Amino acid sequence: MSSEKGIWKVIGASSLGTLIEWYDFYIFGSLATIISEKFFPSGNPTTAFLATLATFAAGFIVRPFGALFFGRLGDIIGRKHTFLLTLVIMGGSTFLIGLIPSYETFHFAPFLILILRLLQGLALGGEYGGAATYVAEHAPAHKRGFYTSWIQTTATLGLLVSLVVIITIQKTLSKEAFNDWGWRLPFLLSIVLVFVSIVIRMKMSESPLFEKLKSEGKTSVNPLKESFGHKTNLKMVLLALFGATMGQGVVWYTGQFYAQTFLLKTCGLEPTQTNTWIGIALILATPFFVFFGWLSDKIGRKAIMLTGMLLAVVCYRPIFTGLYNMSDVTKKQEITSKIEVSKKLNPETVADSIITKTLTANYTDGSQLSQIDRYSQETLRPDNLKLLESKKSLLLPDSYQWKIIALVFVLVFFVTMVYGPIAAFLVELFPTKIRYTSMSLPYHIGNGVFGGLVPFIATLITVTPGSNYLSGLWYPIGVAAVCFVIGLFYLTNKTDEDVTDDKNEYINE
Amino acid sequence: MNHLKKYLGILWIFIAIAAVILLAQAAITNIKPNGNLDINKPLPWIIIITIFTPIAIGLALFGFYALKDEYKLHKP
Repeated sequence: MSSEKGIWKVIGASSLGTLIEWYDFYIFGSLATIISEKFFPSGNPTTAFLATLATFAAGFIVRPFGALFFGRLGDIIGRKHTFLLTLVIMGGSTFLIGLIPSYETFHFAPFLILILRLLQGLALGGEYGGAATYVAEHAPAHKRGFYTSWIQTTATLGLLVSLVVIITIQKTLSKEAFNDWGWRLPFLLSIVLVFVSIVIRMKMSESPLFEKLKSEGKTSVNPLKESFGHKTNLKMVLLALFGATMGQGVVWYTGQFYAQTFLLKTCGLEPTQTNTWIGIALILATPFFVFFGWLSDKIGRKAIMLTGMLLAVVCYRPIFTGLYNMSDVTKKQEITSKIEVSKKLNPETVADSIITKTLTANYTDGSQLSQIDRYSQETLRPDNLKLLESKKSLLLPDSYQWKIIALVFVLVFFVTMVYGPIAAFLVELFPTKIRYTSMSLPYHIGNGVFGGLVPFIATLITVTPGSNYLSGLWYPIGVAAVCFVIGLFYLTNKTDEDVTDDKNEYINE
Repeated sequence: MNHLKKYLGILWIFIAIAAVILLAQAAITNIKPNGNLDINKPLPWIIIITIFTPIAIGLALFGFYALKDEYKLHKP
């Protein structure tokens, strides 16, 4: 195995590239509103169709497909060249998104954006399995959890870097300049980051375990068939998915993304303040990925991951109730409030008027509310008011800062418990010759499909009669609970000391 | 313990079937031509049901293997 100095080079090269891939994937999501304005204008059914396709297909279809495609490649030609390729595809796609003219001047733009977004999903599907496998196959057995946990920090750090880059550019440029061309800069910047990462990765050697297999002529000829066509391995793939990654995916998504959506949309908190507080919670929680990776080498992967899942199941409702209560203005004492109403003719349908109602209120605890409701009113039937949109922005005083950061921190802490040890866990479940393929699929179905479904299913639950602001949580709670039970009964807490094929107890039954 | 692991297989098969039926029902109920939400559009449902059905088959298969005692070698 590698020397101590060598392993840090391996971790650095792998983590940097994976972080950049996450950065690339997230900036599209973070800039979704402006991308929608530039490339998918409202009112056009074709572009609306393409926008929906870009949102759902990239995560649900293309990520698992990328896992299969690049996993197979990685088990045939090697880890190094495969995850170099995913990096080039991801970086190239991201850079090109930044170059495409808007729909106004180039009507083919939505198709190109869709294709590039799908390529991003494809590359992401191939990257993680390669990086985790590469690091794990360099790591000594008793430190596998610790070393692979550095890869696990990259998803959170990628999100942080994307937010920092976007906020920095927004603060540097005027609002008009950012909306005009500044939003392209985070995409264009990607090519520089990717170039640096490629240069570093090019200097790395192939995984020693794969090299050994190759020199002995024992690499897999058909990794897909061996991974999913042979019952012995298929059983392990199903166990990895339903006993670990399914629950890990929903806990990860709920802690990192659903919490943000909940604070911004359900609680109506002011975006800059909220994102800053979430950023602080993410920074404080990130070291625990490494801590739980390290701890999993001592006490086992299963114990930590399942504890994280159980805590999430039990604590989600109290935590989200706590977040909601801090923003609930009906429980606050109002000092002053002012309502302004303006009315103007609707330029789109001249028979209607638009009524804008602006409410500003101050509360004894220092909270400041600004709520803008827009209604349409028919000229011939003035009593027929229809709410078009409602924008609430609640600025909380500093006294709430650490309370909210603490609650978000706890949510991300659960993420670190389930996510920190999972790379080592997956690596140890499968033999070297089909490891890349076998571990990538359950990971991306768990995270891309089960995790990615959180906002969709949450919306679905909240529109059912009798639901409330917490009802959307039943999906992650339910999935994590089922996964916990499967993991508890069917997984072993034993760590596999030797990940070479010969001594894999799961395979040599 | 092995008996419990075996008979829980029935539960996993049941959950797999129920999940697909619930998703199909939810799609029929929520797809609305004039709706603005993602759950009102047919495309997300087509994608989700297409990708989720093989996953549910996988869960049923997991239950089937459990029922056949295929996982009894793995000690918790």
